[in-house]
Amino acid sequence: MKFSQLILANLFRKKVRLLLTLGCFAVALFLFAFLAVVKKAFIGGADLASANRLVTINRVSIIQPIPLSYRDKIARIPGVESVTHDNWFGGVYQDEKNFFPQFAIDPENQRKVFPELIVPEDQWNNFLKDRQGAIAGARTAKRFGWKIGDRIPIKTTIYGTNSAWEFVIDGIYHGKRPEDDETQFWFQWDYFEERVPERLKGLTGWYTVKLTSPDDALRVAKTIDAEFANSPYETKTETESAFAASWAKQFGNIEFLILTIGTVVFFTLLLVTGNTMAISVRERTGELAILKAIGFKDHSVLFFVLTEALAIALVGGLLGLALAILAIPALGAALNGLLPNLVLSKSMIAVGLGFALVVGAASGLLPGIGAMRLRVVDAMRRI
Amino acid sequence: MVSVDNNGNSSSLVQVRGLNKTYRRGGEQIQVLQGLNLDVDKGDFVAFMGPSGSGKTTLLNLLGGLDVPTAGTVSVAGDEITHMSSGKLTEWRARHVGFVFQMYNLIPVLTAYQNVELPLLLTRLSNSKRRQHVETALSIVGLAERIHHFPRQLSGGQEQRVAIARAIVSDPTFLLCDEPTGDLDRKSADEIMALIEELVSQHGKTVLMVTHDPVVAARAHTTLHLEKGVLVEASKSRQNVTAGGVA
Repeated sequence: MKFSQLILANLFRKKVRLLLTLGCFAVALFLFAFLAVVKKAFIGGADLASANRLVTINRVSIIQPIPLSYRDKIARIPGVESVTHDNWFGGVYQDEKNFFPQFAIDPENQRKVFPELIVPEDQWNNFLKDRQGAIAGARTAKRFGWKIGDRIPIKTTIYGTNSAWEFVIDGIYHGKRPEDDETQFWFQWDYFEERVPERLKGLTGWYTVKLTSPDDALRVAKTIDAEFANSPYETKTETESAFAASWAKQFGNIEFLILTIGTVVFFTLLLVTGNTMAISVRERTGELAILKAIGFKDHSVLFFVLTEALAIALVGGLLGLALAILAIPALGAALNGLLPNLVLSKSMIAVGLGFALVVGAASGLLPGIGAMRLRVVDAMRRI
Repeated sequence: MVSVDNNGNSSSLVQVRGLNKTYRRGGEQIQVLQGLNLDVDKGDFVAFMGPSGSGKTTLLNLLGGLDVPTAGTVSVAGDEITHMSSGKLTEWRARHVGFVFQMYNLIPVLTAYQNVELPLLLTRLSNSKRRQHVETALSIVGLAERIHHFPRQLSGGQEQRVAIARAIVSDPTFLLCDEPTGDLDRKSADEIMALIEELVSQHGKTVLMVTHDPVVAARAHTTLHLEKGVLVEASKSRQNVTAGGVA
């Protein structure tokens, strides 16, 4: 493009200012990516949740158990395709810092209800035959270097004895989608049931119910809760996404917090870059007037100013996102799996770039319009 | 010859008729030009002199299509520019006018070559054609060896030469020079004036120049004096330039 030399020369006119403005964009986009990833990790469960799954917990709290005997009653409700139950184990592997979620699962129904978490058939069959068998998520297995056949001792902190429960890794599961949680650790319900204190036998943490159609969600949820109303273990049933959202809310209103920080960053960036562009254009009033005097049209001048602003936004934005791509896995590692879904998705990158370009265009627009409207005679008088 | 009855040749390159320019400052109206007439033929070199505030630069701006008159008309090579839209006027300037300013007004971040190339970016010329034109213009002003120098690496006189090369590179109909030597020492000013004379005598350019300096004005074919917006005197008149004003 024949105007590129002029645009590049103007961009590099004040190198320190250019670097600082690029830095401003880079930091803002890095922060944007970071916040987006953390938000997704906290509340993304709601997005990942299947529309045709319900979660049934004890009406009092999720830490209160519900009877295993509910399973068959739930399974008989019209609209229920399958039902599975899980229990939180909360054990410690070697050190408390090595957190990952462990669940006692119902092997019979686990894969029917969670088809998106894939275990190779042979590994699953070995697991079914192994009372101490366990299936580890791919990320957790990679994190600790586990292989099939490894014996994994996990100390219980909830179920009585302080001794380690020993498991054998029979399989490793992968999620179908990159965002799927691959940090979980599953083991046999029977092994769990056999070792928990007597008072906890015959109880489970929660049920996950798979529906034949998402349209039945409200009706089935009401029917389940009505079924167990006025019993010692009343239930609360909601969609998996509502359950995930209310789970995330336990940490506070993360979405609001992140939105607030993001908004402050956006407007700060807009003001800083807008001011920089305005100064840059004001400094060049005489030059812009000369360009117009020798025949450059108003829209050409606007084009130059906007192109500069957009180029800074694009390069700064890409720098920030590149930094985020490098830094986010390191952050995930540093958090020891506390936030399992720290993934900077392509859509987040696209939104980030869009955000940078919108800020760039907005910051260049007012000075650009000012330059466009500049009267040559007035500008020449000011030189 | 000075005339107040607009009796110039109808084929004049520049024809100004009844030109008025009034500014409003606060509640006050300031009449800068008052019914000015002017005819300039192709190849002429005219100097406008006059005290500050007499309207010299305003006249130059009107002739160059940078400003619009309150009344009257300006025609250049048959184009009546006073009623052109802003966009059309911009296109017209690109084709017909070469500007030379007192402060050179080069783009500091562009080299001499890139500065001179600017008007050609508005044309459909190929890269190689543009290069050819730029090199020719810089050769004419004697700066062929300095094409990759930035303005800060040039003396004032050299900067003005680059500005002149920028003004002539697209072969405009006429050059408008606003105090082209105003910021130069006498030696550099002489060199610039010699260059402008050469453009007139050897390249057939038409030059309209504003100056405060009688020595510089004496180099022009004709000197016209503006006082309070009226052309009141013409000296060294050659038959092909007539000027007047209705006071």
